Amino acid sequence: MGRPGAGGRFGEFGGRFVPESLVPACQELERAFDDAWADPAFRATLDAVLRDYGGRPTPVTECRRLSERLGVRVVLKREDLAHTGSHKLNNVIGQALLTRRMGKQRLVAETGAGQHGVATATAAALFGLECTVYMGEVDMARQELNVFRMELLGAEVRAVHSGSRTLKDAVNEAMRDWVATVDGTHYCLGSVMGPHPFPYMVRQLQRVVGEEARAQCAVVLGGDPDVVVACVGGGSNAAGTFAGFADGPSRLVGVEAAGGSAVGNGIPGVLHGMRSLFLQDEAGQILEAESISAGLDYPGIGPEHAHLAALGRAEYDRVGDDEVVAAFRLLAQTEGIIPALESAHALAWLVREARASVPAGASVLVTLSGRGDKDVAQVRERLEGSR
Amino acid sequence: MTPHAPPAFEAVLRARRDAGRKLLIPYVMAGMTEDWVEVLEAVVVAGADAVEVGIPFSDPMMDGPVIQEASLQALQRGTTPAAVVDAVGEAQLGVPIAVMTYYNLVFRAGHRRMARSLAAAGIGAAIVPDLPLEELGPWATEADDAGVATILLVAPSTPEDRVARICARSRGFVYAVARMGVTGERVSLGPSTGDVVTRARAATDLPVCVGVGISTPAQAVEACRSADGVIVGSALVRRLLEHGGPDAARDLVADLRAALDRA
Ligand SMILES: Cc1ncc(COP(=O)(O)O)c(C=O)c1O
Repeated sequence: MGRPGAGGRFGEFGGRFVPESLVPACQELERAFDDAWADPAFRATLDAVLRDYGGRPTPVTECRRLSERLGVRVVLKREDLAHTGSHKLNNVIGQALLTRRMGKQRLVAETGAGQHGVATATAAALFGLECTVYMGEVDMARQELNVFRMELLGAEVRAVHSGSRTLKDAVNEAMRDWVATVDGTHYCLGSVMGPHPFPYMVRQLQRVVGEEARAQCAVVLGGDPDVVVACVGGGSNAAGTFAGFADGPSRLVGVEAAGGSAVGNGIPGVLHGMRSLFLQDEAGQILEAESISAGLDYPGIGPEHAHLAALGRAEYDRVGDDEVVAAFRLLAQTEGIIPALESAHALAWLVREARASVPAGASVLVTLSGRGDKDVAQVRERLEGSR
Repeated sequence: MTPHAPPAFEAVLRARRDAGRKLLIPYVMAGMTEDWVEVLEAVVVAGADAVEVGIPFSDPMMDGPVIQEASLQALQRGTTPAAVVDAVGEAQLGVPIAVMTYYNLVFRAGHRRMARSLAAAGIGAAIVPDLPLEELGPWATEADDAGVATILLVAPSTPEDRVARICARSRGFVYAVARMGVTGERVSLGPSTGDVVTRARAATDLPVCVGVGISTPAQAVEACRSADGVIVGSALVRRLLEHGGPDAARDLVADLRAALDRA
């Protein structure tokens, strides 16, 4: 997975569909990122912060009891063990360093589950930046604790009351903020989406996940895994993971929420600055996604994933809320690891496909994108409600 | 629908500008109320030189709370792009009409199909704010072919070389964005308004009209010290959200007209 083509295109997807007011800022960001990414000093600082502060490299854990249960060999890439409890930190540390390099002093971000918001608030605290996080009203209710965490970290959380009051609308609101404040503010987008260069930049900042995992698999498995699986909201943990394996033989699988499956049910369109696949009606009005997991509650997908799907280099499948909750419990009870509901989508897919499209004995790397502490109350309510 | 020749959007606006008139372009969100077509008629009677008709989109990224609310209301009333285009065609308003909408609705309909349906309805221009110069090609080609003017935006943040390229590609008029930010009423004009207009004017002889935040007759007059005209959106749409109907629209537009004509 290399550089996008002219204009930030991955095949027919990507691009930069933003109002004129934002074009210069996107161009500036593209130049700044290219310059920083080519600068050994920047890369050394980024690596050092991720190591000494972020807890990288995260381990790969072999799951003996789960493997026995499923009949396939499962290893987990443990992004749940990164500081703040998810892969989101990799991206925000990079963007926060870039923000300072561009001489800006404020971050705005959108958040769904709150993990990206928490990570952004964390990076803002670490580097002394101001931070405003937009979050849908619905998500604030289901991720109350993360709202408090962000505030504790010194960020301002602004509730979004428009539209579906979830991630899609939080992105709209963050963009509206950014248009008005772009001189001193960087939009710290949380996934591989948005106008160029965001999908490319965020994937590069997340590729550490896949690169570490490939080297770790060489030791643990003696080579590349047969299958690599990750959940997909916008697609950043999946893109980072796939980037480490795309030039090898592994089967790559991205797992979407059934109610937010842009590859499964979406069609080409343009939203949030990018051409990609979106859930929409005949007229082109964007439809609302629906998922138990706030982080996957998004009606689109990053453009590079749409491209990988079109090429057939990666495949995308979906799982329903019930399967997800079952997988959430299964990992807790077989391995003593409580996964994020988002990550439980990748596990749920494996539970379904083991000994089916994934042959018995195959080796499978699952990216465990985050830990599930934030979801415990929600799962409890659901389980008690269904009794 | 009675077919009729589309008014030559740009020619009409240029002629009025050249005759010394300041251009007044009210914005109305199509479908937001039952009587939205009457609102269009009312603003024409009150002295609009052209009308900008918003086609509601689910995710209006460039818009502030007032136009967001109007979009939502219009969508809840079942408004579709095709129905808007038909209704505007039937209304035969007698002034140049531009539609304003987001690119996904154009992309979904298909560039050619959208361009031709606008032309067939006598809609002379389109504003698609999330379609910047670099992404414009496929739409602009079809719009040009169909005789629909694509109006482009120049922002306070636009550097000089881009201003020139945008003005060269814009048709109808050049939309000078008064401030960095979304649509919505403001207590004062953006501090960079004069500067944006001056920079656009240096690059083109198209009319240069200012929009985003123009709320009062006094602000319209101030903007027209440098600009050829103004687009007034949220101030009008707010009155419609408050159930002012065609009367409130007529009053506001008449006040704006009188102030511009007096200045
Ligand atoms: C733990 C976790 N995993 C995955 C996601 C989905 O994002 P992405 O697809 O960009 O990795 C989120 C988003 O909130 C998350 O919190």
